[in-house]
Amino acid sequence: MTPKSAPPRAAAREAAFPPDVADIPPVLDEVELVQLLTPEGERVPHPVYDRYLADVDDETLRSLYRDLVLVRRVDVEATALQRQGELGIWASLLGQEAAQVGSGRALLPQDYAFPTYREHGVAWCRGVDPLALLGLFRGATNGGWDPREHGFHLYTIVIGSQTLHATGYAMGIAMDGAVGDADGAATIAYFGDGASSQGDVNEAFVWAAVYNAPVVFFCQNNQWAISEPLERQTRIPLYQRARGFGFPGVRVDGNDVLATLAVTRKALTDARTGQGPTLVEAFTYRMGAHTTSDDPTRYRLSSDLEAWKLKDPIERVKAHLARGGHADAEFFASVDADADVLAARVRTGCLEMPDPGPLEIFEAVYADPTVQISQQRQGFSTYLDGFAEESA
Amino acid sequence: MTTMTLGKALNESLRSAMEADPKVVVMGEDVGRLGGVFRITDGLQKDFGEARVIDTPLSESGIIGTAIGLAMRGYRPVCEIQFDGFVYPGFDQIVSQLAKMHYRSAGRLLMPITIRIPFGGGIGAVEHHSESPEAYFAHTAGLKVVACSNPADGFHMLRQAIASDDPVVFFEPKRRYWEKADVDTDAVAGPLHEARVLRPGTDATLLAYGPMVKVALEAATAAEADGRSLEVVDLRSLAPIDWPTVFASVRRTGRCVVVHEAARSHGVGAELAATITEECFYALEAPVLRVTGFDTPYPPSRLEEAYLPDLDRVLDTVDRVLEI
Repeated sequence: MTPKSAPPRAAAREAAFPPDVADIPPVLDEVELVQLLTPEGERVPHPVYDRYLADVDDETLRSLYRDLVLVRRVDVEATALQRQGELGIWASLLGQEAAQVGSGRALLPQDYAFPTYREHGVAWCRGVDPLALLGLFRGATNGGWDPREHGFHLYTIVIGSQTLHATGYAMGIAMDGAVGDADGAATIAYFGDGASSQGDVNEAFVWAAVYNAPVVFFCQNNQWAISEPLERQTRIPLYQRARGFGFPGVRVDGNDVLATLAVTRKALTDARTGQGPTLVEAFTYRMGAHTTSDDPTRYRLSSDLEAWKLKDPIERVKAHLARGGHADAEFFASVDADADVLAARVRTGCLEMPDPGPLEIFEAVYADPTVQISQQRQGFSTYLDGFAEESA
Repeated sequence: MTTMTLGKALNESLRSAMEADPKVVVMGEDVGRLGGVFRITDGLQKDFGEARVIDTPLSESGIIGTAIGLAMRGYRPVCEIQFDGFVYPGFDQIVSQLAKMHYRSAGRLLMPITIRIPFGGGIGAVEHHSESPEAYFAHTAGLKVVACSNPADGFHMLRQAIASDDPVVFFEPKRRYWEKADVDTDAVAGPLHEARVLRPGTDATLLAYGPMVKVALEAATAAEADGRSLEVVDLRSLAPIDWPTVFASVRRTGRCVVVHEAARSHGVGAELAATITEECFYALEAPVLRVTGFDTPYPPSRLEEAYLPDLDRVLDTVDRVLEI
């Protein structure tokens, strides 16, 4: 068969790929964003979500501010420690403090969070010592806290895998009959815009939907998957994907700690009372690099960063507290002092963190250890002892 | 003592495990109303309900990934992967998550998950339905890997795998599902990760597992007619391997042939040959030889008789190992 017309010139074919999806008209609804605190710190009423903040008094507001400041301070300290060679790598949460503290503070003790490797703010809310997080990035452990004690799973590095764990755990909650009222339990699965392209995340959506599992899918859309912009992952707002799977999706201002708290509380309440999953898209911005190994100046404009700095998640709470007379200068000074004390403790703890002994390689491979590993451990131990004798 | 097929023995094993422990749940594609494509879960959903025999979405990564979450919640999931060649969509969850969770958590989290996989060829199936992927899993730290070869082992080994606090990949020789033997369900079973000498002999050791155990036993019977005494060892466990039983047999006979359906290179046979050579060097009269599938994809089923190790290929290799 001969072509009816000449094939297009190679240059034309190249130009057609990859397409600029920004030129393609959107096919779905107007995008809605839940915001309860403007970047200027003004509290905006909301017909649905205000009721989820009924208990948020001045003291709660101040404690939210305190959490935001402390987790940012830990993050800054950890970045500095990496620069000084004390951590192998660090994944900064800079800019995502409100998304993490707002959602983390929405959790109840019986809930279980399944983080990525960037949820330092959620870890803080779940009572995990920041030093335990640093142990992972220092290379001293693969996860130095007890997930069951905190209802906070180990960090998951492979993108999106934990969404299925959260869904399975939520299925177990339902199988245990621990859903149906306000005392029910729920899980929350953290992931990012990049992970939304993973098969596991989409499979988790399917499973959660068909089993009506009490899980909240909490996507921090920080606009960047390392160097790839959101447009490389999706053509529609991520929260709108939920509809195709059969459950609600909502986009919240991820730099607004009050909105994130309220939206996550509603999603968790729905889950624990038996109404199934929700996809929350926390619209935010990764103000730092992907990790300390990354160089965002190679792929994004500094003007974007400057624009997002005006929406800083901490500044708006501070403005709100100050303007409304909910906190005074003494309070802000005390939070800064607490942050300095915490940072000093994190720094000292990191520097003093002992390296594990070489034989710890062989620990906890199996619940019921194998002879092979015991023999390898013994052989390696004898080998190491040889050096000790030589140097003695 | 009851006579039953391997398929029925596995079914009875699941049933007794579910009766003994309410936390045991069966999950997989078509395991419920249909009873699985091989009917291994036949009748279980009817008796234990949809919450304990879970028909899942068609999603292998989802099966393993949610089983991990269920295990964290205190359940003891038994996952069915419908066919060997369908396990790969779940491979990442098995290798990166399931296998490493106990280690990553410094022993705090247990992963008592059994993954049942019908494996191997010989049933005239289309592609992706006849594979032997055991080496991938045996090579992965954190997993335990076993293969049953007969109904009694099917019953007892599956019970033990489900009772294990470590994740176990449980390979079932699908072409043997319909073969019958006596099963004493009340018997006290030996350790799960123990190899068994099924037939004693003096001239050479045949090491086999899963579907090839029967072939090895038939080869030993045929060789006897030629005056050759072959010892047959059913490995049963591929990770860990029961080395003392293997070494003792090889030291008795001085010669060894490994038989498996999986491709030769980098396979279980390679590990056996290397370690036997290392540990039994002065007892060996000949190099360890292998009878295996070829280093090709599994062929169209009209060619599988040529691909699969059979009686003649085993005897041919036995001739060679005895002539060295």
